[in-house]
Amino acid sequence: MLLLVGLVALLVKEFAVSPSQFVQITLIGFTLGCVYALVALGYTLVYGILELINFAHGDVFMLGGMFTITYATSFFNLHQGQGWVIVPIVFATLLLSMLSCGLINAAIELVAYRPLRSAPRLAPLITAIGMSFIIEDVGLAWKGPNYVTAPDVFPHSNVFAFRGVSYAWNHLLVVLITLPVLLALSYLVQRTRQGKAMRATAQDKDAAAIMGINVNRTISFTFLIAGALAGAAGLLYSLWTTTVRYDQGFQLGLIAFTAAVFGGIGNLPGAVLGAILIGLIQAWNEGLPWHMPGSDWTESIVFSILILILVFRPEGLLGERTPEGG
Amino acid sequence: MTADVGLRNQLRTQWRALPELQRFGITAAAEVVLALLLYFLDHSLGYGVLTVAAVYWIFKLPPLPWRAAAQGALLVPFLVSALTHAFTGARSLLLALAIGFAASWIPKRHRGWAMPLLALVLAVLYPFYQSGMFTMPLFGVFPDVATGVYMLVFVMMAVGLNIVVGYAGLLDLGYVAFYATGAYTAAWFASLQFPHVTWHLGAIGIDPNLPGIHVTIWALLLLAGVITALFGIVIGLPTLRLRGDYLAIVTLGFGEILPQIARNGDNLFGQNITNGPNGITPIDSIGFGHHLSSWTGGFLPANYLQCCSAKVFGHQIQGTDVFFWTAIALLLFTVFCSLRLQYSRLGRAWIAIREDETAAAAMGIPLMRTKTWAYASGAFFGGIAGAYYATFKSATFPGDFFFNISVFILCMVILGGMGNIWGVIVGGAFLAYLNQEGLANTGAWINSNIHVGSHHPNLDVPLYASGIYGVIILIVMLFRPEGLIPSRRRAAELHEGVHDEPEYSVEHAGAVG
Repeated sequence: MLLLVGLVALLVKEFAVSPSQFVQITLIGFTLGCVYALVALGYTLVYGILELINFAHGDVFMLGGMFTITYATSFFNLHQGQGWVIVPIVFATLLLSMLSCGLINAAIELVAYRPLRSAPRLAPLITAIGMSFIIEDVGLAWKGPNYVTAPDVFPHSNVFAFRGVSYAWNHLLVVLITLPVLLALSYLVQRTRQGKAMRATAQDKDAAAIMGINVNRTISFTFLIAGALAGAAGLLYSLWTTTVRYDQGFQLGLIAFTAAVFGGIGNLPGAVLGAILIGLIQAWNEGLPWHMPGSDWTESIVFSILILILVFRPEGLLGERTPEGG
Repeated sequence: MTADVGLRNQLRTQWRALPELQRFGITAAAEVVLALLLYFLDHSLGYGVLTVAAVYWIFKLPPLPWRAAAQGALLVPFLVSALTHAFTGARSLLLALAIGFAASWIPKRHRGWAMPLLALVLAVLYPFYQSGMFTMPLFGVFPDVATGVYMLVFVMMAVGLNIVVGYAGLLDLGYVAFYATGAYTAAWFASLQFPHVTWHLGAIGIDPNLPGIHVTIWALLLLAGVITALFGIVIGLPTLRLRGDYLAIVTLGFGEILPQIARNGDNLFGQNITNGPNGITPIDSIGFGHHLSSWTGGFLPANYLQCCSAKVFGHQIQGTDVFFWTAIALLLFTVFCSLRLQYSRLGRAWIAIREDETAAAAMGIPLMRTKTWAYASGAFFGGIAGAYYATFKSATFPGDFFFNISVFILCMVILGGMGNIWGVIVGGAFLAYLNQEGLANTGAWINSNIHVGSHHPNLDVPLYASGIYGVIILIVMLFRPEGLIPSRRRAAELHEGVHDEPEYSVEHAGAVG
């Protein structure tokens, strides 16, 4: 608690030192948090239904970036300075990338997790790590060991510039694409029949099966959705930062997983909240000029948060208390 | 789950129902076809497959007179080729086969001690016969002695991790943190890292006026073990309350934080602790000192790096060889402790926790203390191995401690067989060899023997090392979760399941669609 107060005091102080920079960096952190949210939701969806940490998820996100680059440049010949044509192109790429990643994620479940569903719980966790390494190397074999550049199509002009605070379109677009995806997901889970099946399966697989829900298909569908979210995140991240590398997925995946745990794993709004908080923390740490450890320490800070949360509040900020943490 | 669920089990049942002669016929035919196909790729590979298959079948024969006759018959062509120098290394192949066949005559009740002893003798003598060994198909030449040290160190870590993962069933994804702790302990107390302090404690073969802390490595190995074990306890105490996958994630977190501290430690509050990405180098070497050296007539080297003048069996003994033998001694110590622990009161408590935590707690096993001991013991050996490897390399870099090293060691344990120490040793030695030399050799072999169209594939196989480990993990967990050499108890658990799962499977449930 004291730590929290100290942190808030530090932030207030930062704000006082240079308000414009603080707001600017906070906005960037929010944008970053949106990308994390999409990935974190994938972790949380899968954990909610199978109680499995899908380590390969971060690498599916990386593949999403690779797919985006391939589709956008090879299929649609996307490049800088095309004007409004890019809108349908980006939209089509988004759909294709989501579809590809969703199918890959569902295939991963089919190959690596389904045969082990009645094995001890550590077994699928171990195959998940194996799968993560395999996918990473698929990316390596596909695109090589260097950074792959994505076309820089998001406009860099400012949405607004006010007293030294500016927010560029390429940041805003990330948020603008994320929000409808989140709304659609929330609609899917809360309002549709398939969403009901997902929630039922998450609660009790056997009871769900008795009620006539096809458990296997529901789980596959969940992986499909999670993969699609990772695909969307991959598109946004690659077009936003314009570079992707084969090993990016694992790190970012772990950060997003931390976000999911932060918000309460298995809890969808929690994942979004946690992701935005983690995004803010990362941006503040890397961007603020004063008394911050800097980007060298980002991972350490994020993982420290992960460890502290798991040790002291395993249910996360919004989650319910699970027997795991007890 | 009944045995007949799933295509794999059905096929297996059908296969077992066939008469033995028919099974033998089908397998033999398949082997010959495979060998023929591979023969066109590379002659030695075809011969290799046939030899391995023949050896496998010979071991299945009844001992007298069939096995004796078959073994003799198989040795003849190798004897002839050895005598006529038909191919290089034929003599070593003949000897290897002869030793293997001789070992098959050890009666079953003596095998428990005779086989490890045989393996030990072969390992100790390895530097003497390494240069004369035959070339393996696909894997190329036998690993050199330096690779042997690397293999032994990683096997040691795998045996240590086996205590945590295999015995106690706690998935540790941050074992590299222990490795790093051990390595940096050695680096701090036996290098020039802190030049403003000059403190020597039993350091041998080093200029006594050299600045920095120099403690003798023998004490440091122990110290590294103890510090790492303490570190394991510090990590363990808050986190071991968590079960299963949460624990795995927390250990992973530590495994990521620690190398980052090492990487950024060149400016920690203005202090240079770890020398950052440049690492700490050089680290002092091991030695026995001039007194002991002269007292034994130069038998024990004063310092491994200035070793040695002795020539045994026409082999000039080098520093690497001495490092190799010391590593064997350390591994023996690890294996001994691990074996003694396995059936001790503590070891049985670990197994009980692994099988059913709730029941174990109900029987009065203190969960936290028992788990913490598992962590501390595993960490202890990881620390020793890390410190030893740091002195052998004479350097430690933060880049050595990536997450994939943790998974690499975990892969050794899984491949060999969780909970079975012999399996872990075999799996660890094989994977460490692959990592250091094998993959490069195999890559070279593939690039020179396989043609895609008219040109070679030019694959950089070692680049894909982690993906290859991923495939190994996946295949082993899906098809043989108990590993290559299973511990019987663990195999039963993995097939029947333990009490952290639903009572019945929902595999084929679902009425709709």
